[in-house]
Amino acid sequence: MIKFTIDGVEVEAEEGQNVLQVALDNGFDIPHLCYHEALEPYGACRLCQVEITKGNRTRLTTSCNYPALEGIQVQTGTEKVIKARKMVIELLLARSPNVPVIKDLAEEYSVGTPRFTLGDDDCILCGLCERVCREIVGVEAISFLGRGSDRKVGPPLEINPQTCIGCGACAYVCPTDCIKVEENENERTIVRWGRTLPMKKCKVCGRSFAPWFQLDYFGKITEGIPSDFWDKCPDCR
Amino acid sequence: MKRIDSPKKLEDIRKEIIGARDPDKPCITICSGTGCRAFGSENVTESFRKELKKHGLEETIDVRTTGCHGFCEKGPVVVINPHGIFYQKVSPKDTNEIITETLLNNKVIERLLYTHPETGQKIVKESEIPFYKGQMRVIFGNNGKIDPTSIDDYIAIGGYSALSITLTDYSPVEIIEIIKKSGLRGRGGGGFPAGVKWESCRNAAGNKHYVICNADEGDPGAYMDRSLLEGNPHSVLEGMIIGAYAIGSDEGYIYVRNEYPLAVRNVEIAIASLKECGLLGENILGSGLNFDIKVSRGGGAFVCGESSALVASLEGRVGEPRAKHIHRVESGIWDQPTNLNNVETWANVPLIINKGVDWYTSIGTEGSKGTKIFSLVGKVNNTGLVEVPMGMNIKEIVYEIGGGIPEGRKLKAVQTGGPSGGVIPESLMDVPVDFDRLTDVGSMMGSGGMIVMDDKTCMVDTAKYFMNFLRGESCGKCTTCREGTQRMYEILEAISNGDGKEGDIELLEELSWAVAEGSLCALGQTAPNPVLSTIRYFRDEYEAHIKEKRCPAGVCKALITYSIDEENCTGCGACKKVCPVEAITGEKKELHTIDPDKCIRCGACMAACNFDAVKVV
Repeated sequence: MIKFTIDGVEVEAEEGQNVLQVALDNGFDIPHLCYHEALEPYGACRLCQVEITKGNRTRLTTSCNYPALEGIQVQTGTEKVIKARKMVIELLLARSPNVPVIKDLAEEYSVGTPRFTLGDDDCILCGLCERVCREIVGVEAISFLGRGSDRKVGPPLEINPQTCIGCGACAYVCPTDCIKVEENENERTIVRWGRTLPMKKCKVCGRSFAPWFQLDYFGKITEGIPSDFWDKCPDCR
Repeated sequence: MKRIDSPKKLEDIRKEIIGARDPDKPCITICSGTGCRAFGSENVTESFRKELKKHGLEETIDVRTTGCHGFCEKGPVVVINPHGIFYQKVSPKDTNEIITETLLNNKVIERLLYTHPETGQKIVKESEIPFYKGQMRVIFGNNGKIDPTSIDDYIAIGGYSALSITLTDYSPVEIIEIIKKSGLRGRGGGGFPAGVKWESCRNAAGNKHYVICNADEGDPGAYMDRSLLEGNPHSVLEGMIIGAYAIGSDEGYIYVRNEYPLAVRNVEIAIASLKECGLLGENILGSGLNFDIKVSRGGGAFVCGESSALVASLEGRVGEPRAKHIHRVESGIWDQPTNLNNVETWANVPLIINKGVDWYTSIGTEGSKGTKIFSLVGKVNNTGLVEVPMGMNIKEIVYEIGGGIPEGRKLKAVQTGGPSGGVIPESLMDVPVDFDRLTDVGSMMGSGGMIVMDDKTCMVDTAKYFMNFLRGESCGKCTTCREGTQRMYEILEAISNGDGKEGDIELLEELSWAVAEGSLCALGQTAPNPVLSTIRYFRDEYEAHIKEKRCPAGVCKALITYSIDEENCTGCGACKKVCPVEAITGEKKELHTIDPDKCIRCGACMAACNFDAVKVV
């Protein structure tokens, strides 16, 4: 068991845990947009910056990818932390002034109209979609494209991603809700990636419940599941 | 190539190579580095070969194409040995004359000699030229003596003797001690003590240890590593093999930019010859050391010079930095202990082993030992690659080696450290090149870029240039770096367009802090340096742009107007002829005028005027 302090309160952590997760588990409020407990920490949004003292050195660092270490002291709300966080929010707000989660953060931290030219991007490049697709789903249908100010997320060559199974995990984790999923009786479309797949009907109740392609993929990656399991919708299984 | 399987065999072969060579045999040495190639040195080489054949002299006179001599300003450079006669700006039409006059009749061709800019005196020998005289070319000097594709040439000048000594006389731990005592610090920018890094890597637990040579040089205007790898790849490889022995590694990589085709070619040739003779592979020199080196070509992203991004790229992933709470030496490529050093750092290693710690530490300053290669570019007379002992001050480099500023203009600042570095104003020109002192004045050593700026250089424009570079080369992962550099660029662009506002300087400073503190890797952490250092030393210039809408250096197009001086204009029409937008009117032999509404401020008229009549206001 690793022991360290957050804002003076002693907390306990397991080997391999990160500071942000420990803080959240103990009820500390640290804003974060690119972190999800099911995924590898990435450190892109820079919102979860805290001050960490290790030995005799104190530094501003992101807590999501900082390992829980014995004896460190974490400060979540110092003047420096707030100053850094406010600038991150201002930069994000200038990029995406119409995204609710960013607007809420701006309000919470009293960040007014950004001092920069306003953009209108709905994606903040947190990379959650890319990680969930790679780490959890395992199909790597999308990735980061380009670099610097031209960076974006999309399928390779920005054309209909052939490996996308249409599961919608990317849309589920997206904090800005910029990946839309449209669905009807016959097909499901992941709008942002331009991927449309035909739906399978439940052999019991007849309801469309998931794309064929997704269910085939699940069948291939799972073991010991009855062959007709994927023919039935979750309600009828 | 014969197998070299023991230290004795290496010495025998060295004697054999040297013995078969006549030191007095005339040799035409042609610089074939990138600079001279750009000036057409390949045609010069071909022409020499043709002419020698015509004269039937192929057997009596050698032709050697070497790596970069450093004096790129004067390329193509040809040195006639054994007398060391230095000819500059040689073209194919000079080759016959060089053979008949210099080689056959021992006459020096005055026209091709270097002329001392102050005394007007013609200088015959390379070593007597002021550009070379002030240098200490212990790493770079061999470039001019060898054909980089010939392992024999490298062995003939003592090559691989340091490896032989290492494997015969020292244990790996003793080698690490030597490197630690030498004070060698990483030449790639960080300046971390190499020996300490080696030791941590050796002691890190892992199934396999790796050594990597970082040849992903990407700073605008910098080409030291390129020229070293092109001109003397064996010195880098020898350093890596010694490092592998010390660290306990059996596999190494050279990560080199694909945009450096000659470096890739020469280093691949060098590796192939090492494998052929057994200096790479199993049981090197009979010592039991197994080591192999592979070449990996980078795709041109500046950020891939950053160690964690480089490792990601080597593994075949997107070149993106990772958090470094666990050090690279413990968990690098494929999560194994990895020791990464830059090209120049590796090239220092054989020198330290051969010449000893006492000799090496006698060069340089308290905290920075040895020499450093800089690419001296910008507004300086002698553009080129220079190697100087640490501790030499910038003024000496610019004036004594660099020959001062062209057209008698005034030195304004020197930018060191590339996009991560900063500008050092003229008033601080006595600052020595030393890792810590350069950081003290707000710049950094970096990998060795040195850009000289004269009084016609605008500091807002300079900061804008670097920020434009960085916003495009940031990997884009961190919000602070991606959005921050973009916003800083936008503010700088507005200032140079005359749209600067009160508070812009403060906003730039605020952003600089957030980007430096809040970014994951060194690219973001140092990205604000060009802005911060120009504000620190040239705040008045920023204020002139913002408050008076004036660019004191006359660079920012939106803030200047071109006009023609009545006194000086002869009405020759040269300006009118070159103006691309027909903004200049005037009859022959009469005063010409520029229409400011049509003028696009390209400066073509100013460059064309021979009478100093075009002025910038």
